[in-house]
Amino acid sequence: MGSIFSFQQIVNGLQLGAIYALIALGYTMVYGIVRLINFAHGDFFMVGAYAAYAAFYMFNFFLPQGNGLAFAVLIVAMIGGAAVALLSNQFAYKPLRYKPRLSSLVTAIGVSMLLEYLFSALPFIGPSPRGFPELLMKHMYRFGSAEISNYVVIDLAVAAVLMIGLTYLVRRTPLGKAMRAVSQDKDAAKLMGIDVEMVIGFTFAVGGAFAGAAGLLAGLTYPRIQPYMGILPGLKAFIAAVLGGIGNIPGAVLGAFIMGLAETFATAYNSLLGEGIAFVILIVVLLLRPNGILGEKTADKI
Amino acid sequence: MDKIKLPKLLIAGAIFYVVIQILIHTGVLNGYFVVIINRSLIFVILAATLNLINGITGQFSLGHMGFAAVGAYTSGTITTLVYHLSPRSFTDNLIFLAAIVIGGIAAAVVGFLIGFPSLRLKGDYLAIVTLGFGEIIRTILNNIDYVGGPRGLLGIPKFSNFTVIFLFTFFTIVLLRNLVISSHGRAMLSIRENELASELVGVNTTRYKVLGFVVGAFFAGIAGGLLCHLLQIAHPTQYGFYASALILIMVYAGGMGSLTGSIIAAFSLTFLTEGLRVGIDWLRDTVGIPIGSEWTMVIYALLLIFIMLFRTEGFMGMKESSILIIEEKKV
Repeated sequence: MGSIFSFQQIVNGLQLGAIYALIALGYTMVYGIVRLINFAHGDFFMVGAYAAYAAFYMFNFFLPQGNGLAFAVLIVAMIGGAAVALLSNQFAYKPLRYKPRLSSLVTAIGVSMLLEYLFSALPFIGPSPRGFPELLMKHMYRFGSAEISNYVVIDLAVAAVLMIGLTYLVRRTPLGKAMRAVSQDKDAAKLMGIDVEMVIGFTFAVGGAFAGAAGLLAGLTYPRIQPYMGILPGLKAFIAAVLGGIGNIPGAVLGAFIMGLAETFATAYNSLLGEGIAFVILIVVLLLRPNGILGEKTADKI
Repeated sequence: MDKIKLPKLLIAGAIFYVVIQILIHTGVLNGYFVVIINRSLIFVILAATLNLINGITGQFSLGHMGFAAVGAYTSGTITTLVYHLSPRSFTDNLIFLAAIVIGGIAAAVVGFLIGFPSLRLKGDYLAIVTLGFGEIIRTILNNIDYVGGPRGLLGIPKFSNFTVIFLFTFFTIVLLRNLVISSHGRAMLSIRENELASELVGVNTTRYKVLGFVVGAFFAGIAGGLLCHLLQIAHPTQYGFYASALILIMVYAGGMGSLTGSIIAAFSLTFLTEGLRVGIDWLRDTVGIPIGSEWTMVIYALLLIFIMLFRTEGFMGMKESSILIIEEKKV
């Protein structure tokens, strides 16, 4: 096992951080654009994991186990996450866009509960945990004292590719420009001819797709899925987004990796501390630097 | 400040108490209904005090049951210990009352520790902190062997009965009503309406937000104490997110800021929960449709979403029943 801060632990922490980062990005993007803490985001992650589970058994009829199948499953998980995000936006959040913010927040809790309990109530899904299939053969590589599986490489690679894609999207494309404009000022963006609702819907879809991908990676890495699996990772990813500065995209990634490492180290020290470390981090951040590491201080307009 | 008049509310409370007592003693209401009524009254405390935080101060707490858990475990541990040392002594009821109040104080202290860092800030931080707090408190209770861990705290003496619960509920409602009408209550309302404007006219917003939160936590602790002395068990799962969300639905269904609404919603939803449970059992056992109790929560989730979409102000809006309104002296 070695010490708490061994190379093995660092790798495990980075792996966990990559999954948190994909979830946290969705939180921070949606918050940046509509100022809504989307409580249901952790459940989009859960939907992605179930979509991947279903897709694996469907595709396995005509595709052999391997990279092609894994890629197809990843696409389905992302589509599943994006679809549920778009549906929630369309039916639950959009009608409340110009009502007080608290209403959307309560609706988000409603959507979150609906997804969790609907999934555990539906007879073909059910509340009991399921084992996630082995999508790809697991190989172990030795690096000195540490054993690293190819899943670590896959998790980090998928997260990295998606993040680079997102950065390109936000920085370089017209749609990304529109997203940044809407997050700065919705009304001004509308006056400039931007279809604000389309941009918001697109943001939800991208966030949902990232959560779906995270659901697949989490299923692969910790092979057990159940309808309530999204609550705690969702909460921790949100705290990661707050730690990095909510609304700030690089901040969410940084916060998520710090969170992943902190949780892994704390768990190695004491499992109860591992459960609570996210909460401790949140309280400390709120007390010392409420805008997060990379967040900017904002003043209220009068 | 006007003199506070009680009579109308006192009369309404007395009528309710006497009617229920007559119904119990004539056997119209059997033990099963008495338990549901007792639970409804406890939920009235929980919903009304969450309304103080969410509806009147305009903050957003998601872990109300976490405070109830603190109150339940604290008071339950005290009475269980004392009861084992000297069962049936004449000081029983005094110890029970003291234990309930200590449970409330413990919950209030925890509420202060949680609320102070998160309420200094504007925005939705309280929501996520309280949600996390609910999860944490459940994890902690699951891991403390002294209070039973995942088995729950067992063998709590049954001290709660209709009279005790009714008196506590009545006292809570009177106190909340008077708080809302006082200058403190008006300061809290001003925070809900516009925090910035409220700050600009000199309201110490942090102080009032923390005050509302701590008062809410105190009464949630009391409600938790009453609940565990009614059910004779305190179990970590009773105080999870499921339960907190149910109270939240009561507040929004009844109407944000309306105590009357919270009272009506606490009664109707407690009865609805029982009705749904019976209905689902009937469908499963008699009709043979294999459905689980999860559908109750699916229905509640849909109810919450529909309230928010189509009747954001809830059943009562911000109106109060005339029983709960204090007439102001004409100047």
